[in-house]
Amino acid sequence: MQDLEKYILRIADSSLILSHRLSEWCSKGPSLEEDIALSNISLDLLGQANSLLEYCGKINGTKTADDLAFKRGEREFFNFQICEQENGHFGDTIARQFLFDSFTLLFFKKLSESKDEILSAIALKSIKEINYHLRHSSNWVLRLGDGTATSKEKIQNSFNKIWKYTGEFFEMDQLDLKMLDLKIGVNNNQLKKEWDIIVNDTLKKAKLNRPEDGFMMTGSKNGIHTELLGKILSEMQYIPRAYPDAKW
Amino acid sequence: MKNDIFSINLQKHNYLNMQEEIFQDKINAEKKIEPKDWMPDGYRSHLIRQISQHAHSEIIGMQPEGNWITRAPSLRAKMILLAKVQDEAGHGLYLYSACETLGVTRDELNKQLHEGKAKYSSIFNYPTLSWADMGAIGWLVDGAAIVNQVSLQKTSYGPYSRGMIKICKEESFHQRQGYEIMAHMANGTKEQKEMAQDALNRFWWPSIMMFGPQDSDSPRTGNAMKWKIKRKTNDELRQNFIDKTVAQAELIGLKIPDPDLKWNEERGSYDFGEIDWEEFWNVVNGNGPCNEQRLEHHKKAHTEGEWVREAAKAYAKKQTHNE
Repeated sequence: MQDLEKYILRIADSSLILSHRLSEWCSKGPSLEEDIALSNISLDLLGQANSLLEYCGKINGTKTADDLAFKRGEREFFNFQICEQENGHFGDTIARQFLFDSFTLLFFKKLSESKDEILSAIALKSIKEINYHLRHSSNWVLRLGDGTATSKEKIQNSFNKIWKYTGEFFEMDQLDLKMLDLKIGVNNNQLKKEWDIIVNDTLKKAKLNRPEDGFMMTGSKNGIHTELLGKILSEMQYIPRAYPDAKW
Repeated sequence: MKNDIFSINLQKHNYLNMQEEIFQDKINAEKKIEPKDWMPDGYRSHLIRQISQHAHSEIIGMQPEGNWITRAPSLRAKMILLAKVQDEAGHGLYLYSACETLGVTRDELNKQLHEGKAKYSSIFNYPTLSWADMGAIGWLVDGAAIVNQVSLQKTSYGPYSRGMIKICKEESFHQRQGYEIMAHMANGTKEQKEMAQDALNRFWWPSIMMFGPQDSDSPRTGNAMKWKIKRKTNDELRQNFIDKTVAQAELIGLKIPDPDLKWNEERGSYDFGEIDWEEFWNVVNGNGPCNEQRLEHHKKAHTEGEWVREAAKAYAKKQTHNE
C-alpha cells in the first residue's frame, strides 16, 4: 500500500465508522428534530468518507470505494478508536461527537492547505459541514452540562469515560511525518493547543470539569482497535461478504 | 325564562347552520379551509385523526427501513437509504405541525400513539427480512402512499394540502429508488433475483391493504368525501395503484403473487384476487408480526430521551432568566 493511500484511509475510516455509529441512532433520538440532526451528521460523514475512499481507490488503481469500505478486515482499518466507541446514551454520543468535531475542524482546516489538490478540495468542502456539526455538538454540551442535575452528571461521566480516546488525535508516526514533509499532511501534534482552547472554553461554559490527560489509548494508526470495531464491520460488511459476486 | 333559553338555543342553532353552510360553500368552491376559519367539530376531529395517523406512519415507518441502514450493501445505497429515512422523519414533522394547527399538541399526539388510541399504517407491522425489502418498501409502500397522497394534495384543509405537495415530491424520489433496488436485484445474480421476488411476495398484499377497507366497509368515507378531505375512495385508489404497478413488475421480470390478476378490457383495469381481510383486521387490531415491537421501540426512545428534553428545557429557561 502506498503511503498516501494509507494516510487517506486513516482520515476516511474515521468518518466512515463514526457515520455508522451515528446512523444507529435512526428512529431512537430523544426528539424528532434530534433524530434528523444525527442522521444529517451521519450523512455528511458518509459523504466525506465516500470522497476520500474514491480518491484512495484511484490511487490504488484496482479497488473501488466500496471494496475499501466493505472488503477490508479489522486490522486494515485505521479510524481513531474514539469513532468506534458505542453510542451509549445521548450524552455519551454528544461528548464523543464534540471532541471529534473540535479536532476534525482544526485538522481539515490545515488539510485544506495541503499540496495535494484533491485532499485540499475535500477538506474545504468538509469544513463547512463540520462547522455545523461542532455548533450542534457544542450547543448540546452546554444544554446537558448546564441543564438539570441529572444531565450534568451524565455528560460529565460521558467525558470522563471517553477522554482516554482523545490522545490518538495528536499522535504523529513516521508516515505522518513523511506526509508533513511532503506538505501533503497535517502536523496533528500542533493542533493540540488550539483544541485545548476550544474544548476548555466549551466545558467551562457548560460548567463541566475537563478530565485529566492521563492514560491514553493508542493503536489505530497500526490497525489496532477495541473489540467494538469487529462487530461494526461484521454488520456493515455482511451483505457484500455473503454475496461476493453480486452488485448492489 | 323557558322561552328565552329556547330562543337562545334557536339562535345558536341558526348560527351554526349558517356557519356550516358558509363552510360547505367554501369547500364546494374548492377554497381551502385555514386554521382560523370556522369548521364543524366533526371536520376537525376527522382531520386530527387522519393527519396524526399519517404522521405516526411516517415515524413508525422509519423503523423497518432503519433496520437495514447499518447493513446497506454499498456506500451509495447507504447514503440513499439514510437520506430517505431522514425524509420520513421530516414528513412526520410537517404533519405533526399541520395537526397542531388544529389545536392539538405533539405531546398529546404522541400520548395517543403510545396508548394505542391512534393508529399508524399497518404495513409497518411487517418485518424487513432482506435488503430487497428496502426495494419493496420504496417501490410498493411509497408507491401506494403516493397514489393516496397525490389525491390528498387537493384536500380541503390548507396546511394538510400544502404539506402533501411538499411530501409528494420526496415520495416520488423514494418510489424511484425502491424500484431501482428491485430492478437491479431482479437483473442480478440468482440469489438476488430470489430475494427480490420473495420481497414482492411478502409485501404485495399488505401494500394493497394500505388503502384500507373496501368502500362498503369504510364508515367514515361519506363525510370525508363531502368535506373533500378525501378526494377518492379506498377502492378507487387501490385500483389505481394496482393498474400502475403491474406493468412495472413485468418490466423487471417479477411476478405479482396473485393468480387471479387479469386485465379486464371492459373496465380498462386489472381484476384482482380476494384480499385477506381477516389478516388486515388482525394486524390493525394489534396482532401483526411487529406491532408490539414497533410501539415498544418508539416508547423506549421517548422514555430514554426524557432527561435530554428536560435538560434542554431547563437550559432554555435559565437563558431566558439570564437575559
